[in-house]
Amino acid sequence: MTALADPTRRKVFERLRAGGQSVGRIAQGLPVSRPAVSQHLKILKEAGLVREERDGTRRIYEIDPKGLGSLRAWLDEFWNTALEAFKAEVEKDEESK
Amino acid sequence: MNAPLKITPAPVRKSIRVNVPQARAFEVFTARIDRWWPASHTLLKSPVKATIVESRIGGRWYQIGDDGSQCVNGFVRDWSPPSKLILSWRLNGKFEIDDSVESEIEIRFIAEAPNATRVELEHRITAVDGEAMRTAVDAPNGWSAILAAYAQSAEGKSE
Repeated sequence: MTALADPTRRKVFERLRAGGQSVGRIAQGLPVSRPAVSQHLKILKEAGLVREERDGTRRIYEIDPKGLGSLRAWLDEFWNTALEAFKAEVEKDEESK
Repeated sequence: MNAPLKITPAPVRKSIRVNVPQARAFEVFTARIDRWWPASHTLLKSPVKATIVESRIGGRWYQIGDDGSQCVNGFVRDWSPPSKLILSWRLNGKFEIDDSVESEIEIRFIAEAPNATRVELEHRITAVDGEAMRTAVDAPNGWSAILAAYAQSAEGKSE
Protein backbone atom coordinates (compact mmCIF):
# COMPACT_ATOMS: atom_id res chain seq x y z
CA MET A 1 0.00 0.00 0.00
CA THR A 2 1.30 3.43 -0.81
CA ALA A 3 0.77 5.88 2.00
CA LEU A 4 -0.11 8.78 -0.24
CA ALA A 5 -1.81 6.95 -3.08
CA ASP A 6 -5.18 7.36 -1.43
CA PRO A 7 -6.63 10.76 -2.46
CA THR A 8 -8.22 11.43 0.92
CA ARG A 9 -5.02 10.56 2.73
CA ARG A 10 -3.14 12.88 0.41
CA LYS A 11 -5.61 15.64 1.30
CA VAL A 12 -5.07 14.98 4.99
CA PHE A 13 -1.32 15.21 4.46
CA GLU A 14 -1.54 18.36 2.30
CA ARG A 15 -3.69 19.96 4.97
CA LEU A 16 -0.83 19.60 7.45
CA ARG A 17 1.52 21.61 5.28
CA ALA A 18 0.11 24.76 6.86
CA GLY A 19 1.18 23.50 10.29
CA GLY A 20 0.23 21.09 13.05
CA GLN A 21 -3.47 20.50 13.66
CA SER A 22 -5.83 18.41 15.75
CA VAL A 23 -7.88 15.59 14.23
CA GLY A 24 -11.06 17.60 14.58
CA ARG A 25 -9.58 20.52 12.73
CA ILE A 26 -8.19 18.34 9.95
CA ALA A 27 -11.55 16.62 9.53
CA GLN A 28 -13.33 19.95 9.01
CA GLY A 29 -14.21 20.34 5.36
CA LEU A 30 -13.18 16.82 4.43
CA PRO A 31 -15.95 14.51 3.22
CA VAL A 32 -14.99 11.77 5.67
CA SER A 33 -15.66 11.09 9.33
CA ARG A 34 -13.31 11.92 12.15
CA PRO A 35 -12.50 8.24 12.86
CA ALA A 36 -11.63 7.85 9.17
CA VAL A 37 -9.26 10.82 9.41
CA SER A 38 -7.67 9.23 12.50
CA GLN A 39 -7.14 6.07 10.52
CA HIS A 40 -5.47 7.98 7.69
CA LEU A 41 -3.24 9.77 10.19
CA LYS A 42 -2.24 6.45 11.72
CA ILE A 43 -1.07 5.19 8.32
CA LEU A 44 0.77 8.43 7.57
CA LYS A 45 2.43 8.16 10.95
CA GLU A 46 3.54 4.60 10.30
CA ALA A 47 4.95 5.70 6.95
CA GLY A 48 7.07 8.32 8.71
CA LEU A 49 5.36 11.23 7.02
CA VAL A 50 3.48 12.55 10.01
CA ARG A 51 4.27 12.68 13.71
CA GLU A 52 2.12 13.20 16.74
CA GLU A 53 2.66 15.78 19.45
CA ARG A 54 0.71 16.11 22.67
CA ASP A 55 -0.63 19.46 23.67
CA GLY A 56 -2.17 18.85 27.08
CA THR A 57 -4.90 16.35 26.43
CA ARG A 58 -5.04 17.11 22.72
CA ARG A 59 -3.07 15.37 20.05
CA ILE A 60 -1.60 17.55 17.37
CA TYR A 61 -0.50 16.01 14.09
CA GLU A 62 2.20 17.57 11.98
CA ILE A 63 4.42 16.68 9.04
CA ASP A 64 7.47 14.82 10.26
CA PRO A 65 10.34 17.07 9.19
CA LYS A 66 12.64 14.07 8.97
CA GLY A 67 10.39 11.97 6.75
CA LEU A 68 9.93 11.78 3.01
CA GLY A 69 7.61 14.74 3.31
CA SER A 70 10.60 16.94 3.96
CA LEU A 71 12.52 15.51 1.00
CA ARG A 72 9.58 16.62 -1.09
CA ALA A 73 9.39 20.01 0.58
CA TRP A 74 13.11 20.43 0.14
CA LEU A 75 12.97 19.51 -3.56
CA ASP A 76 10.14 21.97 -3.96
CA GLU A 77 12.38 24.76 -2.71
CA PHE A 78 15.42 23.41 -4.51
CA TRP A 79 13.71 23.65 -7.90
CA ASN A 80 12.59 27.20 -7.24
CA THR A 81 16.23 28.15 -6.75
CA ALA A 82 17.57 26.00 -9.58
CA LEU A 83 15.02 27.18 -12.15
CA GLU A 84 15.58 30.83 -11.24
CA ALA A 85 19.30 30.24 -11.78
CA PHE A 86 18.54 28.52 -15.08
CA LYS A 87 16.37 31.44 -16.22
CA ALA A 88 19.07 33.95 -15.32
CA GLU A 89 21.69 31.94 -17.22
CA VAL A 90 19.65 31.20 -20.33
CA GLU A 91 18.55 34.81 -20.73
CA LYS A 92 21.97 36.28 -19.99
CA ASP A 93 23.36 33.94 -22.59
CA GLU A 94 20.82 35.07 -25.14
CA GLU A 95 21.69 38.76 -24.65
CA SER A 96 25.41 38.25 -25.02
CA LYS A 97 25.11 36.43 -28.35
CA MET B 1 5.34 -2.66 9.20
CA ASN B 2 7.54 -5.46 7.97
CA ALA B 3 6.22 -5.48 4.42
CA PRO B 4 8.14 -3.27 2.00
CA LEU B 5 6.61 0.15 1.87
CA LYS B 6 6.17 2.40 -1.08
CA ILE B 7 5.65 6.02 -0.23
CA THR B 8 4.73 8.31 -3.09
CA PRO B 9 4.11 11.92 -2.20
CA ALA B 10 2.47 14.21 -4.73
CA PRO B 11 5.05 15.16 -7.39
CA VAL B 12 6.83 18.48 -7.16
CA ARG B 13 5.69 20.61 -10.11
CA LYS B 14 7.29 23.80 -11.32
CA SER B 15 6.87 26.02 -14.29
CA ILE B 16 8.97 28.93 -15.48
CA ARG B 17 8.92 31.06 -18.61
CA VAL B 18 12.21 31.98 -20.23
CA ASN B 19 12.62 34.52 -22.99
CA VAL B 20 14.59 32.40 -25.43
CA PRO B 21 13.68 29.98 -28.24
CA GLN B 22 12.77 26.39 -27.30
CA ALA B 23 15.95 24.85 -28.73
CA ARG B 24 18.07 27.32 -26.79
CA ALA B 25 16.26 26.57 -23.56
CA PHE B 26 16.84 22.84 -24.01
CA GLU B 27 20.48 23.37 -24.87
CA VAL B 28 21.25 25.54 -21.87
CA PHE B 29 19.34 23.23 -19.55
CA THR B 30 21.41 20.23 -20.65
CA ALA B 31 24.71 21.12 -22.34
CA ARG B 32 25.24 24.09 -20.05
CA ILE B 33 23.81 22.69 -16.85
CA ASP B 34 27.22 23.49 -15.44
CA ARG B 35 26.50 27.19 -15.67
CA TRP B 36 23.33 27.26 -13.62
CA TRP B 37 23.09 24.18 -11.38
CA PRO B 38 23.41 25.43 -7.78
CA ALA B 39 27.02 24.66 -6.84
CA SER B 40 26.10 23.83 -3.26
CA HIS B 41 23.96 20.89 -4.35
CA THR B 42 26.30 18.06 -5.09
CA LEU B 43 26.88 14.60 -3.75
CA LEU B 44 30.61 15.06 -4.17
CA LYS B 45 32.88 15.75 -1.23
CA SER B 46 35.07 18.20 -3.10
CA PRO B 47 34.01 21.36 -4.97
CA VAL B 48 32.34 20.71 -8.32
CA LYS B 49 34.47 21.20 -11.40
CA ALA B 50 31.89 20.14 -13.96
CA THR B 51 28.34 18.87 -14.28
CA ILE B 52 27.59 16.82 -17.36
CA VAL B 53 24.42 15.43 -18.94
CA GLU B 54 25.16 12.87 -21.66
CA SER B 55 23.03 13.55 -24.70
CA ARG B 56 21.34 10.18 -25.21
CA ILE B 57 18.86 7.80 -23.62
CA GLY B 58 20.72 5.64 -21.12
CA GLY B 59 23.44 8.26 -20.77
CA ARG B 60 24.62 9.38 -17.36
CA TRP B 61 24.39 12.73 -15.72
CA TYR B 62 27.23 13.22 -13.36
CA GLN B 63 29.53 15.61 -11.62
CA ILE B 64 33.30 15.78 -11.50
CA GLY B 65 35.03 17.25 -8.48
CA ASP B 66 38.17 19.36 -8.30
CA ASP B 67 39.97 16.32 -6.92
CA GLY B 68 38.97 14.23 -9.97
CA SER B 69 36.30 12.26 -8.12
CA GLN B 70 33.11 11.49 -9.99
CA CYS B 71 29.55 11.02 -8.90
CA VAL B 72 26.81 9.65 -11.14
CA ASN B 73 23.63 11.37 -10.03
CA GLY B 74 21.43 9.35 -12.33
CA PHE B 75 20.58 8.48 -15.89
CA VAL B 76 18.92 9.96 -18.95
CA ARG B 77 15.58 8.19 -19.38
CA ASP B 78 14.27 10.27 -22.24
CA TRP B 79 16.17 12.51 -24.58
CA SER B 80 13.81 14.27 -27.00
CA PRO B 81 15.36 17.62 -27.92
CA PRO B 82 14.13 20.29 -28.01
CA SER B 83 10.92 19.40 -26.21
CA LYS B 84 11.43 16.82 -23.49
CA LEU B 85 13.96 15.34 -21.10
CA ILE B 86 13.65 12.80 -18.29
CA LEU B 87 16.42 12.25 -15.76
CA SER B 88 16.54 9.86 -12.85
CA TRP B 89 18.15 11.13 -9.68
CA ARG B 90 19.39 8.60 -7.16
CA LEU B 91 18.85 10.88 -4.24
CA ASN B 92 17.65 10.20 -0.74
CA GLY B 93 16.69 12.32 2.23
CA LYS B 94 20.26 12.50 3.41
CA PHE B 95 21.34 13.91 0.06
CA GLU B 96 23.17 10.72 -0.78
CA ILE B 97 23.08 8.24 -3.60
CA ASP B 98 20.42 5.76 -2.65
CA ASP B 99 18.70 3.29 -4.91
CA SER B 100 15.90 2.67 -2.44
CA VAL B 101 14.47 6.00 -3.48
CA GLU B 102 13.11 6.24 -6.99
CA SER B 103 13.33 9.80 -8.13
CA GLU B 104 12.61 11.01 -11.61
CA ILE B 105 12.57 14.49 -13.13
CA GLU B 106 10.58 15.16 -16.28
CA ILE B 107 11.26 18.48 -17.99
CA ARG B 108 9.15 19.75 -20.88
CA PHE B 109 10.09 22.70 -23.05
CA ILE B 110 7.04 24.26 -24.62
CA ALA B 111 7.48 26.90 -27.32
CA GLU B 112 5.06 29.73 -26.59
CA ALA B 113 6.52 32.20 -29.06
CA PRO B 114 9.64 32.31 -31.25
CA ASN B 115 11.47 33.82 -28.31
CA ALA B 116 9.60 32.44 -25.33
CA THR B 117 9.60 28.97 -23.85
CA ARG B 118 7.68 27.58 -20.92
CA VAL B 119 9.72 25.07 -18.95
CA GLU B 120 7.56 22.66 -16.98
CA LEU B 121 9.24 20.41 -14.49
CA GLU B 122 7.81 17.50 -12.56
CA HIS B 123 9.89 15.71 -9.95
CA ARG B 124 8.40 12.41 -8.82
CA ILE B 125 9.74 10.63 -5.77
CA THR B 126 8.93 7.22 -4.37
CA ALA B 127 10.60 5.67 -1.37
CA VAL B 128 10.60 1.93 -1.77
CA ASP B 129 11.43 1.37 1.87
CA GLY B 130 10.11 3.98 4.24
CA GLU B 131 12.01 2.55 7.16
CA ALA B 132 15.40 2.80 5.42
CA MET B 133 14.48 6.30 4.39
CA ARG B 134 13.71 7.27 7.93
CA THR B 135 16.94 5.79 9.26
CA ALA B 136 18.91 7.71 6.66
CA VAL B 137 17.35 11.06 7.40
CA ASP B 138 17.67 10.61 11.13
CA ALA B 139 21.45 10.40 10.81
CA PRO B 140 23.60 13.30 12.05
CA ASN B 141 23.92 15.98 9.38
CA GLY B 142 20.82 14.56 7.70
CA TRP B 143 17.95 16.66 6.63
CA SER B 144 17.79 18.90 9.64
CA ALA B 145 21.25 20.25 8.90
CA ILE B 146 20.61 20.60 5.19
CA LEU B 147 17.25 22.24 5.73
CA ALA B 148 18.70 24.65 8.26
CA ALA B 149 21.51 25.61 5.89
CA TYR B 150 19.09 25.89 3.04
CA ALA B 151 16.61 28.03 4.97
CA GLN B 152 19.42 30.47 5.69
CA SER B 153 20.50 30.81 2.10
CA ALA B 154 16.93 30.95 0.82
CA GLU B 155 16.04 33.68 3.27
CA GLY B 156 19.14 35.59 2.32
CA LYS B 157 17.97 35.65 -1.27
CA SER B 158 14.27 36.21 -0.71
CA GLU B 159 12.71 39.15 -2.47
